[in-house]
Amino acid sequence: MRVATADRVKPRRLPGVDGVWVFIGADSVIFAVLFLSFMQERLHNPAVFEASRHTLNMNLGGLDTLILLTSSWTVALAIQALKRDLVGLVPRYLLGGVLTGLMFVVSKSIEYFEKFAHGITPATDPFYMWYFTLTGIHLTHVLVGTSLLTYLWINSRRGAYSSSRRAVPECVASFWHLVDLLWIVLFPLLYLMKAA
Amino acid sequence: MLVLRERVTWVWLGLMGLTCVTTWGLSKDLFSPTVAVIGIFLIAALKVRFVMLDFMELRHAPIPVRVAFEAWPIVVAAMILGFWFATAAVA
Repeated sequence: MRVATADRVKPRRLPGVDGVWVFIGADSVIFAVLFLSFMQERLHNPAVFEASRHTLNMNLGGLDTLILLTSSWTVALAIQALKRDLVGLVPRYLLGGVLTGLMFVVSKSIEYFEKFAHGITPATDPFYMWYFTLTGIHLTHVLVGTSLLTYLWINSRRGAYSSSRRAVPECVASFWHLVDLLWIVLFPLLYLMKAA
Repeated sequence: MLVLRERVTWVWLGLMGLTCVTTWGLSKDLFSPTVAVIGIFLIAALKVRFVMLDFMELRHAPIPVRVAFEAWPIVVAAMILGFWFATAAVA
C-alpha cells in the first residue's frame, strides 16, 4: 500500500540543471530592477512618456506577444514529446520554436527601422532611451535563445536526446520561457500603460 | 501524442486569449485609465504565473523555488502599479 502511494506521488524536481535556474532567477531580478528604474524615470516625465508611447505600433507589439507565446508552446510540446521518447516529434516542435523566434526578430527589426526612418533614436527622449534599452536587451535574449533552439533542433534530428538525456533541452526550454515571460511584462509596460 | 490533450495547449490558448483581451480590449478608450492599467497588469501577472507553472514546469518544483518564482510577478506588478498611482498623484 505504501509502495503504491509512493509511486503515485510525483517527485518534486527542477527541469534541467540547478545552475540554469540560478541564472534565470538572477536575470529575472535584473529585469525587475530595470522595470523599477523605468517607472522611476516615468515618474519625473509622465507627459513625455505618454506622448512617445502613442507613437509605438501597439498592433505589432501585440503580435510579438502572440508569436512568443506560440514559440514557448511549441518548445513545451517538444519537451513533453521528449519525456515520452517520441523523438521523431521533437525536431518538428523545435523547428516551430526556431521559426517563431526568427519571426519575432524580423518583427522587431521592422519596428526599429520604422523608428529610425522617422528620425527616432535612443537620444530622442527618456522614453525612447528606455524603449531601445529594454527591447534591445530582450532582443539579445531572443537571438541567444533562437541560436540555442537551432542547436537543439540540429542535434535532435540526429537523435541526440531522449527521456533519459534531456537535461540540455530542458535548460534551453526554461531559458526560452523566461524570454517569453519577460516580454509579457515588457509589452504592457512600454506599449499599453496609459497615463491617468 | 495528441496536441489537444496536452495541458500546455490549453494554457497556450488561454494566454493567447488574454493577450487579445489586453491588447485590443482593455487598452482601448472604453475603460478608464485606472481600470485599464490595473486590469492589464493583473492579467500580465497571471500570464507570467501560468508560463512559470506550466511551460517552465515549476508546478512540480521544490516548494521554496516555486514560492520564490511565483513571488516575482506579484512583486513586479505591485511595484509597477504602485509607481503608476504615485505618478498619477504627482501629475
